[in-house]
Amino acid sequence: MKVAYWPGCVSRGFTPELHGSMAKVAPLLDIELVELDRACCTGAGVIAEHNQELADTLNARTFALAQQVDGAAMMMNICSTCQGAQSECQERLDANAEYRSHVNQTLASEGLSYESGLTNKNFLWLLVEEIGLEALNARVKRPLTNLRVGPFYGCYIVRPRKRLGIDAEHPRDDYLHQVIEALGGTVVDYAGMRKCCGFPIITMNKEASLKQAGRHLGDAANAEADCLVTPCPLCHLNLDLQQPLAEKAVGRELKMPVLHLPQLVGLALGLDPKELGMGRHVVRPTSVIDWSSSVVAAAA
Amino acid sequence: MAEAHDRPPEKFNIRLRRYDPESGQAPYWDEHTVELEPHRSVLEAVLQARDRFDGSIGIRCSCRQAICGSCGVRVNGEPALACHTHLDAALASSGDGIIEIEPMGNMPVIKDLIVDMDAVHWKKIQRVTPWLLAKEPVPEREYVVPKESMVDVTQTMACIQCGACVSDCLAMEVDPGFIGPAALAKAYRFVGDPRDAEQFERLNDLAQDPQGIFDCTHCFKCVEACPKDVNPMGQIMRLRRIAASDQHIVDQNNGVRHEKAITGLIRGYGLLHEAELIPRSYGGNSWFAKFTPPAGKELLSSLPVILRGLLRGKFNPRIAIFGHKIPPADLKSVQAIYDKVESREERYELNLYITGTDEDNAPVPAEPEQAAVGASTEGSDS
Repeated sequence: MKVAYWPGCVSRGFTPELHGSMAKVAPLLDIELVELDRACCTGAGVIAEHNQELADTLNARTFALAQQVDGAAMMMNICSTCQGAQSECQERLDANAEYRSHVNQTLASEGLSYESGLTNKNFLWLLVEEIGLEALNARVKRPLTNLRVGPFYGCYIVRPRKRLGIDAEHPRDDYLHQVIEALGGTVVDYAGMRKCCGFPIITMNKEASLKQAGRHLGDAANAEADCLVTPCPLCHLNLDLQQPLAEKAVGRELKMPVLHLPQLVGLALGLDPKELGMGRHVVRPTSVIDWSSSVVAAAA
Repeated sequence: MAEAHDRPPEKFNIRLRRYDPESGQAPYWDEHTVELEPHRSVLEAVLQARDRFDGSIGIRCSCRQAICGSCGVRVNGEPALACHTHLDAALASSGDGIIEIEPMGNMPVIKDLIVDMDAVHWKKIQRVTPWLLAKEPVPEREYVVPKESMVDVTQTMACIQCGACVSDCLAMEVDPGFIGPAALAKAYRFVGDPRDAEQFERLNDLAQDPQGIFDCTHCFKCVEACPKDVNPMGQIMRLRRIAASDQHIVDQNNGVRHEKAITGLIRGYGLLHEAELIPRSYGGNSWFAKFTPPAGKELLSSLPVILRGLLRGKFNPRIAIFGHKIPPADLKSVQAIYDKVESREERYELNLYITGTDEDNAPVPAEPEQAAVGASTEGSDS
């Protein structure tokens, strides 16, 4: 399927392994990515905090660009924070025709216009709802047998439920669990899996921010997870990049590898950890790499 | 609805978190089976268990119709009003067929399901001066204000002080001194009131406090927890917006600088230039920020992380130095949007709580008058 692909900023900046691994995984799932390279940052909720109309207009521009992609079934993102920020703007734009037309007037000088009703799905949602868990499972070449994976959802992709379309038919706040299982892994539940990583206050209250990250990583370690997986690159910054500092904040060794969702999928689809950029993590995913090489060795 | 109310009583298993700090015993779980119609509330189930099996079960309640805010608890791990949660819905969300009822979080337990609201919630509410500091001169009769300005604060006025948002606040979980969602929503009640004389003083106080408006982690927990759609996090964002844009407050917690750093970087690059974010949040929105003492100190303390990132090839040095940009023509369009929207005399804000959606506001289609239509068809001569 062809999608208008919004990679976000951080996946091309400080977590380049996320964008890179998505590009490797997409062809294996028959996803054609048409990158929205003209679109700007969603503002991650901060532009909306500054000026709601500004955030809505900038994101309406992205939505309009996505609607111009010929033959695209929908828009897809690989960043939970983008999903949350965009969903918030889209909720207002779709709810009120007068407001939408007000915003479209600003876009008109560029010849763009947003029509309500865009479908915008995070890769996680697309995996479950468009590709399907059975079809995903059928493509697995290296099942994650005995790999204990802790899902880390973060906030923006699970709350608020109504805005994000989470209901009994679409238990999107449970999809990481379902994907880990479909890939053959073992799900490890722990207290912090749907809590905040602390990233949004890293510059305002660093101690509290690192304590949040440290606690969740510690909870996962207590539950004997081999690694975490997250659909959010900003969570990845606090959980992986800042992990050495989070260790100090909570006073314990953590050494918990954190994978991006496409990396975990890629691993199960048979890709090599190195080509998925796992060497670029601050916390070396040795538990994952050892596991995958032992599986490869066993298969050989 | 009538059908749900017609269903006969059923058996429901409930699991209560019991604790009496004065007993010296650890908390424990206590299970009971109650018999009630499925549309009855979790509160009624607890009260039946108390009446029939154990008179010592502690729960606080009063109005039993979601108005007084007394019976806040956690049902299956989520904050809720016990009187406003139907048993059939609670059963559906239970993990193992037993409805689990616990006291709220972030507050000490007095007994069983009763938490100490005075020690946390009410103390925080008092912290924000929760009354009107009236503008002088006080009119002889009532103040006359534009209707819209009072409509704006009705969302926060819907708060019933149940503490559900406080219970689940993730910032408070690691930083108990955080003023928190309920109190900050209450603060907006007065900051947004045109009769109040101290908007600047209130905002400056809450912005400078290290545990004030910039300590919120934007996790949406309070938005989800609130049984009255108060959207406390949204109110906190409005406090930040007015503090930064209208009152031009610059706080000591980097809150306003952080906001200006992100909006400024996106205006300049179209994308977030991550390497510039920390120096600008500490030192101000300029390329030279990194040479200011607060930014220098912060960068120095982050050096182990920066070095490790470089070593692992996490940052592309070119992107770390120059950032990444969208194509020039698109950047120009993005900047034109900034210019147009930011030059408006008044910010345009759409609050769906107040306005409703087009769907909500659509005129209700008139009931097809079937009898009349039928009659006219039958009665027609054709």
